Amino acid sequence: MGEMIKVGMADLKICISPNAVTTLGLGSCVGVAIRDPQTKVGGLAHVMLPNSKAVNNNSNVAKFADTGVVELVRQMEKAGAVRRRMVAKIAGGAQMFALQSKSELMQVGRRNVEAVKEVLKELGISILSEDTGLDYGRTVEFYPETGDYVIKSVGKPVKTI
Amino acid sequence: MANLDLNNVDNMFFDVLREIGNIGAGNAATSLAQMLQTKVDISVPKIDLLEFREVGEAMGGEELLVAGIYLRIEGDLNGSIMFLMEEKSAHELVARLMGAQTHDEHSFSEMELSALKEIGNIITGAYLNSLSTLTNMRITPSVPDLCVDMAGAILSVPAIEFGEMGDKMLMIETTFTDFATIDGYFVLVPDLPSYNKMLSALGL
Repeated sequence: MGEMIKVGMADLKICISPNAVTTLGLGSCVGVAIRDPQTKVGGLAHVMLPNSKAVNNNSNVAKFADTGVVELVRQMEKAGAVRRRMVAKIAGGAQMFALQSKSELMQVGRRNVEAVKEVLKELGISILSEDTGLDYGRTVEFYPETGDYVIKSVGKPVKTI
Repeated sequence: MANLDLNNVDNMFFDVLREIGNIGAGNAATSLAQMLQTKVDISVPKIDLLEFREVGEAMGGEELLVAGIYLRIEGDLNGSIMFLMEEKSAHELVARLMGAQTHDEHSFSEMELSALKEIGNIITGAYLNSLSTLTNMRITPSVPDLCVDMAGAILSVPAIEFGEMGDKMLMIETTFTDFATIDGYFVLVPDLPSYNKMLSALGL
């Protein structure tokens, strides 16, 4: 068994099999898991906001979908992964409160998911599967060995995508 | 106009927030005491300035089950306010309020949910009153919205709102004690223009 590396909110980490990465209690944030199946290099980014350019205070690249995913891919390449082999899985982007839907600006979960998809497309990385939206929190674990993305929620069966 | 920089929060602003927390918690305890018909003591509020990666751990772990009551605020001040407590405490509170043991430890009935919303409404209202009095600003809260889930997931909502302004989040922690102890967490997120207005109103 490898080590389980924890990723915090607005944070990102890479790992190499048999190690794995996890982030706990994703709400409206999105957990972007990427892997190179050949080198078994993987990584997970826990992004909070869609767009770094819309915010003045943007020194933490891991906070945003646009800069966070790019940084994750850069670190994975440095660890020996190859971009054209990379594939992604995404989870999160929930709307925890109905009040959050009041305005376009507030639907941050959905906007986070869209922003992640856009940057992955720009980088030429395809999304194999996703578990996004709805109204509940998710804890995720990503295993670069198999590409399994395990999702745990309160009162729901564990699922692997 | 004062400039908000949550990464270098002024000690004085901290004190002001603590004062709002103090008066707010005092008012909340009075309301709770009336509802529960018992004496309720409060601790001195603790203000936590948290890095985002520490947010989930602040309440005892990202996966801890908590009840969060969330309201949007409008008026002179725009933004949101949230009151959180452990799911366990929420069960105790509604059980005592409704004078009965809850039927199920892991879920709330419709009636328990609305009781919980009302408790959240009263507690957040107490804080908003103290804020309104101190700043002389008009603040109107929306109807309360409730969610029971993992602490990390619920706290992501105010954290994201703070995320648009900086890299840290402010949380007020108060313990309410009668014959049980309830750790309450309170998060106020004014939007950026409101933050500056609030600081000016407080003379900072």
